[in-house]
Amino acid sequence: MTSTLHVPTPQEITEPAIAGKTETMVLNMGPHHPSTHGVLRLVLELDGEVVVNVAPDVGYLHTGIEKTMESKTYQKAVVLTDRMDYLAPLSNNLCYALAVEKLLGVEIPERVQVIRVLLVELQRIASHLVWLGTHALDLAAMSVFLYAFREREQILDIFELVSGARMMTSYIRVGGLAYDVPADFLPTVDALLRIMPERIDEYEALLTGNPLWLERTVGVGVIDAEAAIAFGLTGANLRASGVPYDVRKAMPYSGYETYDFEIPVGKNGDIYDRYRVRMAELRQSVKIARQAWERLRALGPGPHMTLDRKVAPPPKSEITHSMESLIHHFKLWTEGFKPPRGDAYVSIESPRGILGCYVVSDGSPKPWRVHFRAPSFINLQALPHMAKGRLVADLVALIASLDPVLGEVDR
Amino acid sequence: MDNRTLLDRMTAQFPDAVLEPVEFRGDLSLAVRPERYFEVARFLRDDPTLRYTFLENLCGVDYLGREPRFEVVAHLVSMLHLHRVCLKVGAPEEHPHVPSLTPLFPTANYQEREAYDLLGIVFDGHPALARILMPDDWLGHPQRKDHPLVEEEIAFTFNQEWIYAHKPFAKE
Repeated sequence: MTSTLHVPTPQEITEPAIAGKTETMVLNMGPHHPSTHGVLRLVLELDGEVVVNVAPDVGYLHTGIEKTMESKTYQKAVVLTDRMDYLAPLSNNLCYALAVEKLLGVEIPERVQVIRVLLVELQRIASHLVWLGTHALDLAAMSVFLYAFREREQILDIFELVSGARMMTSYIRVGGLAYDVPADFLPTVDALLRIMPERIDEYEALLTGNPLWLERTVGVGVIDAEAAIAFGLTGANLRASGVPYDVRKAMPYSGYETYDFEIPVGKNGDIYDRYRVRMAELRQSVKIARQAWERLRALGPGPHMTLDRKVAPPPKSEITHSMESLIHHFKLWTEGFKPPRGDAYVSIESPRGILGCYVVSDGSPKPWRVHFRAPSFINLQALPHMAKGRLVADLVALIASLDPVLGEVDR
Repeated sequence: MDNRTLLDRMTAQFPDAVLEPVEFRGDLSLAVRPERYFEVARFLRDDPTLRYTFLENLCGVDYLGREPRFEVVAHLVSMLHLHRVCLKVGAPEEHPHVPSLTPLFPTANYQEREAYDLLGIVFDGHPALARILMPDDWLGHPQRKDHPLVEEEIAFTFNQEWIYAHKPFAKE
């Protein structure tokens, strides 16, 4: 079985072609191709218009984020996580924060967890809307993009409201949140959650039963459950193959076990099922966000950080009259906190799949090693398996349906 | 499945392979002998009562100044028991070789290539161990702790000839 599940390297395709041993044509797709969703190069081996083999070539966006983090303190490294999966910065923030919090062993107040869940679910909606718009755009359905980005703008406005930035939020910090949510946060989110269900109906009306859409997606790029697990596919790509695995249910974090939601699962593992699963996830995210919204309203004002002074800086008002607070403030902003020696691994369900963070501490204020299990990077390995024997035009649909973010692939 | 049950099971099955089990913040990690690493992973994957079929994460760590210097960390998940276990295997500096898990878990392919590219850990048995993130002509492994941290000079018209002459690709 493993021989059929091989992921080719670009050299495996180019070298026989240069030596003149093949009858097929070798073609470069990318790195600057509009439908590769970033700087991804695909080396295609073609027989006419049929894909014989395809090898992804990544690394054009490698920025050494993991290496750079080793020279920052734990709290200052948060900003780098935004830059990985730039369509879901809050999920990245959360994953890193949870890993360091596990290392520290701090308790996070319930209110903070509720705000985190609410924001991460809004992030999932925003990210899925970009996927929906670009996926439809790749298959020549122009107008869906405009509908999807209309609501995405509204969500980015909420992020701007809470963090001051639309995309590079850095809002979820180790120990809690950067600052408390503003007073008009709840009504703004409420307005969004009110319109979302009917807006999702609108997108579905455009695509779900559309014969052109069905022709391009049904039965294309099929991967079965066994191969999907072997390739490490996660997120909607795995669930479309019929595996009901979601970290939010399997190993809950941030109190997800207390929310009422379902895991949408597909049957055939084709592009259409991935589309259906993600559309159903949008509805589930609205449902979770609404529950978190109700809880946040019931909880009222409260802390936005852990009360552990060894991790969270004291409020500014205390500094003027408490010597101890001044010392904590000074120590935290000059030196940072020191987690105990050890390592911790945390994984969360990001919009693209399982995002994992492995942090090693040597007892100093800077991480010894940070590694991210990037779902886009690992999902991309399944592309050759799915694309073999299909047309080049199907490859375009396939890349979009895997929903990779190249900033996360290369880190 | 909890950490205790799994640990008992593993020590009974491999009395000499599991070097040092550590439980930290509720997570179990097993340091295993390099020569038994592949066998332990295969047992975890294939045993019908365990079924750790999903390799969630695999990465390398450079513990400069410690022996063995490198460590490969693999996180396996059992979708049957909803439990995660971490396997760790060391590799010495002078011979940084570790068995590859790609024949068991095809998903390890890119992750092992990344660890090879950035840390220089060689995975024996990998079908196509090549650089993945850095350019093919890059010298050294940039995520090693002793890799020099230097800035790259920006090529302008007045100095580009000198800069390009000293690049690795300028040799031929």
